[in-house]
Amino acid sequence: MAKAYTPGLLVTSNTRHRSRRQLPIKGEVKVSVGDQVQAEDVVAETALPGDVHPINLANQMSLPPADVPECMLKKEGDPIAHDEPLARSKGLFGLFKTTVNCQHEGTVETVSPVTGQVIVRGKPIPVDVHGYMAGKVVEVLQEEGCIIEAEVAFIQGIFGIGGETHGKIRVAVGSHEQPLAPDDITDDMSGCVVVGGGRMSVASIQRAKAVGAAAIVSGGIDDEDLKNFLGYDLGVAITGRERVGLTIIVTEGFGEIAMAQRTFELLKTHEGREASVNGATQIRAGVMRPEIIIPLESGSGEAAGGAHEEGLLEIGRAIRVIRDPWFGMIGEVSGLPSEPHVLDSGSKARVLEVRFPHGETAIVPRANVELIEG
Amino acid sequence: MTTALDPEKIKVILATDCGSTTTKAILIQYVDGEYRQTHRGEAPTTVEKPFADVTMGVVNSVTEIGELANRRFIDDDGKIISPATETEGCDIYISTSSAGGGLQMMVAGVVREMTGDSAKRAALGAGAIVMDVIASNDDRRPHEQIQRIRDLRPDMILISGGIDGGTTTHVIQICELVAPAKPQPRFGSDYEMPIIYAGNKEARDSVTDVFREGGFDLQICENLRPVLEMENLGPARDKIHDIFLEHVMAQAPGYDKLMTWTDAPIMPTPGAVGDILQTVARIQGINVVGVDIGGATTDVFSVFDETFNRTVSANLGMSYSISNVCAEATMPNVLRWVPFDMDERQLRNHVKNKMIRPTTIPQTKEALMFEQAVAREALRLAYIQHKEFATTLKGVQKQRTVGDTFSQESTGDTIVNNMKLDLLVASGGVLSHAPRMHQTAMLLIDAFEPEGVTRLAKDSIFMMPHLGVLSAVHPQAATQVFDRDCLIYLGTCVAGKGLPKPGKTCFKYTVKGDTLNESGEIRGGDITMLPLEPGQTATIECDPARGIDLGAGPGKRITKDVQGGTVGLILDGRGRPLALPEDRATCQATIGKWIEGVQMYEEEAVAV
Repeated sequence: MAKAYTPGLLVTSNTRHRSRRQLPIKGEVKVSVGDQVQAEDVVAETALPGDVHPINLANQMSLPPADVPECMLKKEGDPIAHDEPLARSKGLFGLFKTTVNCQHEGTVETVSPVTGQVIVRGKPIPVDVHGYMAGKVVEVLQEEGCIIEAEVAFIQGIFGIGGETHGKIRVAVGSHEQPLAPDDITDDMSGCVVVGGGRMSVASIQRAKAVGAAAIVSGGIDDEDLKNFLGYDLGVAITGRERVGLTIIVTEGFGEIAMAQRTFELLKTHEGREASVNGATQIRAGVMRPEIIIPLESGSGEAAGGAHEEGLLEIGRAIRVIRDPWFGMIGEVSGLPSEPHVLDSGSKARVLEVRFPHGETAIVPRANVELIEG
Repeated sequence: MTTALDPEKIKVILATDCGSTTTKAILIQYVDGEYRQTHRGEAPTTVEKPFADVTMGVVNSVTEIGELANRRFIDDDGKIISPATETEGCDIYISTSSAGGGLQMMVAGVVREMTGDSAKRAALGAGAIVMDVIASNDDRRPHEQIQRIRDLRPDMILISGGIDGGTTTHVIQICELVAPAKPQPRFGSDYEMPIIYAGNKEARDSVTDVFREGGFDLQICENLRPVLEMENLGPARDKIHDIFLEHVMAQAPGYDKLMTWTDAPIMPTPGAVGDILQTVARIQGINVVGVDIGGATTDVFSVFDETFNRTVSANLGMSYSISNVCAEATMPNVLRWVPFDMDERQLRNHVKNKMIRPTTIPQTKEALMFEQAVAREALRLAYIQHKEFATTLKGVQKQRTVGDTFSQESTGDTIVNNMKLDLLVASGGVLSHAPRMHQTAMLLIDAFEPEGVTRLAKDSIFMMPHLGVLSAVHPQAATQVFDRDCLIYLGTCVAGKGLPKPGKTCFKYTVKGDTLNESGEIRGGDITMLPLEPGQTATIECDPARGIDLGAGPGKRITKDVQGGTVGLILDGRGRPLALPEDRATCQATIGKWIEGVQMYEEEAVAV
């Protein structure tokens, strides 16, 4: 029989993780192979070409485009300051000359005799790439960046908001089911990765932001709360570039839903340790899920090899149901019938049987479960 | 394994479509003197981590076919076995792809409504998603345009502008905005951004100068608008396909391997669907509208009077983009199609959960009804966008006579005319995999609002992309399979244009056929169906009420031959444009009546 595969989120207490740190364009790499780096260390830097400012001199000086080059006071490649003269027309018998001052600081990049347009490029924009994750540099990507490796505990979330950050883990609730209330977040959680259990409300997110938390992590979030916090309705799940004051990670999904106990316990075990967190989520075109990376002491044990083949659906595997009517429930695969099954909706689909912790079983479409990897 | 193929020797054809969510494989075999589609398989697409290799999804879907067909297709090295023997392998393997977000392009033209639109049509026709159209008159200032170009990460850029022999200044100005913006491609920093120039041929040398430096791969092709009155989109489309294969596909995970497996170039999925629909419209001499609603996007194709148009509604889809559909359509508009109360807060969470876990399917009837409500709105919005885009050429000088004085016709009118539509074809998961064909038919009628007499069909198992690419390799096999296995005819819809009075006669009808002989009247607000099986035909004579048009003009009798299908003959007296009561309770009752009228959710029949 063919193997059945289904995607799953990785939650593991120990794995060897590699983080690729790369500049958007070529630049200078500041580290060497073997260096030990911290999350906040700059590992590579470059400068992006500055903003481009087109200036239509032919229009501004009422000249044919071909006459523009000879009126230029600056050549291609010359630097120019704000309000400095850029071009001057010859005028009529040397009189009535028109001077155009440049409204942007930068360098004259091109002068077009065809369109009479001049391009001034602004100052280069510096770009730094940080280590993000504490670890050892195992490879240098020539002029582009490096690869950092570390033994880590690794948790993939389902959805996030905001980009890379790091801080100490602080568990704010008593159990994986307990919703994260504003009162659970205290002033001393500034700079920390605050961990809740069940749903986080908009009030808790605002409280975390107010105390200066680096990130907030919990099982679920209500769509209405997210909309209220962001100020707009999220149309497609491509996130990570928001500037909202902190990074948000949801481990299970939208609605009243508890964090998976295993995920919660893992975070609790590492309370007080430094974690690297990234909320960037992209569901299409190369799926990217939010992540929580907790670097471990070097040599703290072998990277855990999974007892199961990655992505393989088989009897005994731990799964999470990801659609109603059992949305969010965790169980294990107890049957894999090969024949398609008629669902209540009337559709025919391949299904599996899942056994929930209290012993009851249910038939669920294979498309509606995800593996709990790790 | 691309080699010269002898069509006579091709008996086993394997085809896959690597979608953004699912990889679908079909098997076509030569059986009893004709080509038939015999088995299908599907598996999740594997372009994402941890697999990051599209061929794994291909192998999984093909393995499923192998089990069903009791035939081995994959060898011990994980490759497709070819050529075929009695028990294993295939003679040719072909594939289409829209995985990894498909082909994403930016286009530019001088005047947005003229060369801008022509460039967009060329890109869409080639199967691309158009991320933005930059034009001299797009109401953005040059620095804003440059910033936009910098923010986008297209796979390639198509620049057009100016008619041959016309002024060159404006098109060069556009190039001078693109070049310094240094747009970054999606894949890899070593990838040279392909620029296709298809504008005024007099400007080619200057354009070459502008893109000489800065890491561009400039390719020049014929002007796509050589004169105002004519578009010449073919060369630009061909160039887009070439670059798609050489550059874009080669960068996506596993495609380098997949390209060595296929016996014909991999085509973008929508391009292949467009090819097969144009072929059908040409051969049958009809006007066709096709729709493919996917997870992220909805493609609408139309062929009216031999003019082909395609639009992609980039953020209207049933999984990745479902949240955007609800936001654009608004939740009350979605819920008007549901005949019972639903908790709006909970629904919003369901929608977001579907967005972040796009491969799930509805397990309960209520969940299915909600998804089909969302689908109606996605289709409705996508069709509105299509009608706005599929117009006659804008900017063309038109000689007007005294007789035209009171005519409202002008350049740039939509060429989509629901009254002239002969065939409406549905494809895409929510339509193709609906548990009952009646659901597919109603979704089409509610969203597209066909007028007069229109035949409805669905792509049985989303086979059109496979057949589009097969038609380039083996036209005979493609045509045979299309006729026999691809389309499932749902039936024919007869609908009046105009607003009938509720409860009063909309039209009277008499149907005569071998198996169906009935007469009666359809009242305003009613929809019903008559049994007319696949393969059966009948003649319908209708007398519409005053103000109601069935194709011959308001109040005028029509007589037409109608074909049956899995649903039958649908008589729709709800009027056009279709209006639903604003009051929630009345609306629920109305929808309930319509659902009952066409037996949308009867439980006995189950289709796959």
